[in-house]
Amino acid sequence: MPSLFQQIQAGTLWDFHGGIHPPVRKSITSRKPIGLMPLPSRLYVPFRQHIGVSGQILVTQGQYVLKGQALTSADNAMTVPVHSPTSGTILAITEHTSPHPSALPEKVFVIEPDGLEQWRPRQPLNIATADQQMILERIQDSGIAGMGGAGFPTHIKAGMQQPVDYLIVNAVECEPYISADDALMQEAPTTIVKGIDILCKLLNPKAVLIGIEEDKPIAIAALKAACSQREHYFVRPVPVKYPSGGEKQLIQLLTNKEVPAGRRPADIGIVMHNVGTLFAVAQAVLDDHPLISRIVTVTGETLLNPQNVHALLGTPVADLLSFCGFQAEPQQKVIMGGPMMGFTLPDLSVPVVKTTNCILAPSAQELPDAGPELDCIRCGACADACPATLLPQQLLWYSKAKDHDKLKEYHLSDCIECGACAYVCPSEIPLVQYYRIAKAEIREQQRETLKAEQAKARFEARNARLEAEKQARLARNQQLAAERQQNQQQTGAKDAVAEALARIKAKQAESIAETSHDAIVAERELKKQQAREYQAQKALKAATEQIGEVDAAPTPVSEDPRQAAVAAAIARAKAKKAATEQVGEAATAPTPVSEDPRQAAVAAAIARAKAKKAATEQVGEADTAPTPVSEDPRQAAVAAAIARAKAKKAATEHASEQLAQQEHDVPISHSDTAPAPANEDPRQAAVAAAIARAKARKAAVKSEGEEG
Amino acid sequence: MTLMTALLALGILALLFGALLGYSAIRFKVESDPLVEQIDDILPQTQCGQCGYPGCRPYAEAIANGDEINKCPPGGEATIKKLAELMGVEAKPLNAAQEPSIKRVAFIREDECIGCTKCIQACPVDAILGASKLMHTVIADECTGCDLCVEPCPVDCIDMIPVPVTAERWKWDLQAIPVKLVE
Amino acid sequence: MSFKIASSPHHHNRRSTSSIMQWVALACLPGIAVQAVFFGYGVLVQLLLAIITAWLAEAVILIIRRKAVLPRLTDHSALVTALLLAVSIPPYAPWWVIVIGTAFAIIFVKQLYGGLGNNLFNPAMAAYVLLLISFPVQMTQWLAPLPLQAVTLSPLDAFCAVFTQFSCGGFSIAQLQQGIDGITVATPLDMVRTDLAQGYTLTESYTKPVFQGIAGVGWFWVNLAYLAGGLLLIQQKIISWRIPAALLFGLFTLSALGWLAASDANPSPVFHLFSGATMLAAFFIATDPVSASTTDRGRLYYGVLIGVLVYVIRTFGGYPDAVAFAVLLANMCVPLIDYYTRPRTYGHKAKGSLK
Repeated sequence: MPSLFQQIQAGTLWDFHGGIHPPVRKSITSRKPIGLMPLPSRLYVPFRQHIGVSGQILVTQGQYVLKGQALTSADNAMTVPVHSPTSGTILAITEHTSPHPSALPEKVFVIEPDGLEQWRPRQPLNIATADQQMILERIQDSGIAGMGGAGFPTHIKAGMQQPVDYLIVNAVECEPYISADDALMQEAPTTIVKGIDILCKLLNPKAVLIGIEEDKPIAIAALKAACSQREHYFVRPVPVKYPSGGEKQLIQLLTNKEVPAGRRPADIGIVMHNVGTLFAVAQAVLDDHPLISRIVTVTGETLLNPQNVHALLGTPVADLLSFCGFQAEPQQKVIMGGPMMGFTLPDLSVPVVKTTNCILAPSAQELPDAGPELDCIRCGACADACPATLLPQQLLWYSKAKDHDKLKEYHLSDCIECGACAYVCPSEIPLVQYYRIAKAEIREQQRETLKAEQAKARFEARNARLEAEKQARLARNQQLAAERQQNQQQTGAKDAVAEALARIKAKQAESIAETSHDAIVAERELKKQQAREYQAQKALKAATEQIGEVDAAPTPVSEDPRQAAVAAAIARAKAKKAATEQVGEAATAPTPVSEDPRQAAVAAAIARAKAKKAATEQVGEADTAPTPVSEDPRQAAVAAAIARAKAKKAATEHASEQLAQQEHDVPISHSDTAPAPANEDPRQAAVAAAIARAKARKAAVKSEGEEG
Repeated sequence: MTLMTALLALGILALLFGALLGYSAIRFKVESDPLVEQIDDILPQTQCGQCGYPGCRPYAEAIANGDEINKCPPGGEATIKKLAELMGVEAKPLNAAQEPSIKRVAFIREDECIGCTKCIQACPVDAILGASKLMHTVIADECTGCDLCVEPCPVDCIDMIPVPVTAERWKWDLQAIPVKLVE
Repeated sequence: MSFKIASSPHHHNRRSTSSIMQWVALACLPGIAVQAVFFGYGVLVQLLLAIITAWLAEAVILIIRRKAVLPRLTDHSALVTALLLAVSIPPYAPWWVIVIGTAFAIIFVKQLYGGLGNNLFNPAMAAYVLLLISFPVQMTQWLAPLPLQAVTLSPLDAFCAVFTQFSCGGFSIAQLQQGIDGITVATPLDMVRTDLAQGYTLTESYTKPVFQGIAGVGWFWVNLAYLAGGLLLIQQKIISWRIPAALLFGLFTLSALGWLAASDANPSPVFHLFSGATMLAAFFIATDPVSASTTDRGRLYYGVLIGVLVYVIRTFGGYPDAVAFAVLLANMCVPLIDYYTRPRTYGHKAKGSLK
């Protein structure tokens, strides 16, 4: 019994389960020379053309860029940059339809070529002297990501630390129509082999297996000739069967190994690269030619001249198609990718990206639309075709039922979405579409679960914090109460109310100036107005009340924008209040006529607070409330804080006798401090206004609570 | 006499089996999550209070004590289905008529925020950052979309905006792709 | 003009349910022709009745279920059901037998379970069993094969016989059933059973004219024709080889064991394979995709199970042929078989799939 390695060396091929034989239709393009396109008028280069995250933007709108100049940076291991495909100007950095099945907009650089094709300075690496790190950096900086379809960053796969037994070169290109890799192998076999050499230097594999489908005789001969000097490179023609170009299928085909579920090929000592990627690696390392163009198969019966085209990345599909003589039919489908796994494009401005291997514009006879979806007859053809040995029909059943547990049990995640099942289904059920939706739902659900867990943790942490704070507050209050009691005992039975008043007065005395005459005038005006309007409002319904209030909201004209913002905030708050409160508070909105807008705003806030209190509290203390105008804003803020603390205490604690007394005290102190002291600083004014509003609301709520 | 023997035999057997059952109940006891924990795990943890309870956990406790299972709008039909399965009751349609089918997160219009901290106090998951008199902002990734911060805002500067669909979260809704006209 | 959005794959092999069913019907034709030659034109009359009933029943139920009628009628599954039932019942059974049977198959066994693809049981076989236990007399009135018939019936006679139970010449079915020797003939399988029950040895039975040839007059050729049709289906990849092969293997092995043990009390394997509805069952009935197992290994188990059951029921049961019962019993086991024969998914360990 020869060992596996000996068998592989001897050229043994294995087989994988299932697979289908759709009509190949590659000869339409495979024997033609690769076309060269004129420069398109605009290039749309998406920020991110690979699996991973996009890099930081390096250029600005309007900047002139050279051909090959990096537009984003490779600042992260999973990032590969994108480069300017030609020299020209960055017209815009904007959103554009993405080359993705969803066609959701994504960020692109819009480049207008200047036609000069001016290269940035290039520094080819000497492969003999360059060390591994330099090569890997060069691969990353050249923006190379897997060009077979997935777009996985190549430098990660090339920089594996695990020992590698086999480097498999995927030249199978099993999907019908596509011949981009075939054309590349016919044109540049030696460059591809140089690319393999570079990968061998990095990975040091035991053998290189080049898998290529039997129906590409010219490419096979070209590669064999190019590899003739290298002993451990084996060109392995494989039978034509779809999807033998799938990573897992090709591994099974060439080595009889299976990649365990949820693992990567590297875990079993295998690394696979697409031929196109290897070509790009060779260009990047040896010529310092970053990945800015690729070969795209443009084919289908609606084209007069289907062919393979050298396309700059960012070229809109419309340009490619018109280059090949596109004559659209009604109900035309344009597919990016092959007929089995490609996706339709809703509009043709979508650009070519690193993973675009084919643009297919079939006629309606060529690839007819799917017929109506009929019931599954359990024929099992899908299971026979499935290359992953899944049971598509059970998966369909559970996908429809949204039974995610069962889907996991039947290994939905192992589906490679190759489309073989849907291809053979006699009932024309779009199986793959069902699986994709189910997969997206499962992903979403996992995300939700994770988020719910996080939210729960945060909620619990918050509760713990609040509880701790509450305990701390309680402890402090008790301590303070004890101290106060002690003080009282010392100073004799003094009236608590008087004491509190005295304390506040004492503090304020330092800074209190005269009571604002203006404010008092405004207030009296307001009182009268309020009384009038209160009557009127009572008669009127809520709708008119709102209007009246919005109208009444003060809109002082001010030079200072901040002032205006404050006023706007007040107005908004008002509007909101009007919508929610039914008491005739509308009347409280004063419009004092004042020379100074700031003064007016402050007055308004004061008036409002007052009015509210008046409307809700039975004690007429509001009238007597003084409105201290403080020179020192800090002083005022302190006073306000004290007042707030008091109010809060009063609202929450009722137990002790002392506090009961204080309750009486609160409205007084409250009204003492609630009105915002007017001062020179506009910010101060805004803060004061906000405080006043908050107070007024609290008072209203509290008294409502007490009354109710 | 035979009657006595039969009764005795049956009685002894009953005792034996009873003892066996009792023993195995203790010996092979299956440790399972308490019901409340299981319910709480199903609930979406938005802590929004739309069920009438102050958070998901209290609602879970209420369900365990026999409350209706259809009071959780953020969880939607999926949650009701799971709860019905767990509790062994019929799944009912959602109680509240307003089901926000689209995921939303709070967004503070920052130039309008006055820094009052009211929303910070309202947020059940501490997803709002800010300090008094300084502008606040929502950590969108942590926001559960519970709406609780919208009401307390005195200047109405908080919007609930739908979470944008990205290519990664796109659910293959091919019908929703706008088909543009060409020429 | 707008560009069309579709989900991948954009390619299809263009083999629809309809074409599969057409192939099945087509492959039945040689068998039906041979059956008509040996057992009279009654087969064709029954066929006509069955197809009309099936289409009518299907259309009516689809209308009641508010489903699009045409796409489902043209999937030809009702046609195949009608066909299988028509060739299973005696050619000169009264017309209402086939009408009741077909209607039951379509309405109760197929549509009431949710239509094509959702039925647990093979509609034709369920209907056959219903008819067999409801109308045992009518369901066993097989005529002698052509070479042994005393009176040969014309196509017109066949019509009369099916609708009136009398030929145009005035012979009753009971009279027609008598062979040239004046003895009422039964099918070879029936004959073997009766004879063995009466204490005859098989050697004695085989001397009867019905047993001429390899497995009874006519029956051998009918089975051979169905075998040919079945092989065509396998070649066209309409059906998998697994179920027929396993079924025939199961039947062959058991009958060979019995025959080797006591060749005088047990018919030979060849007799079992080419008698009754064996080939029809193996290639056309057991392979009905809807009610059969769907996994590769499952299909083997399913086929063997039917083969074994056919032998067991033929040998020990109360009815002459056993295909219908065997298939229905195996249908019941399908979910279980499918569950325990899930294939190993790529990249998973074999154990995982059985968990």
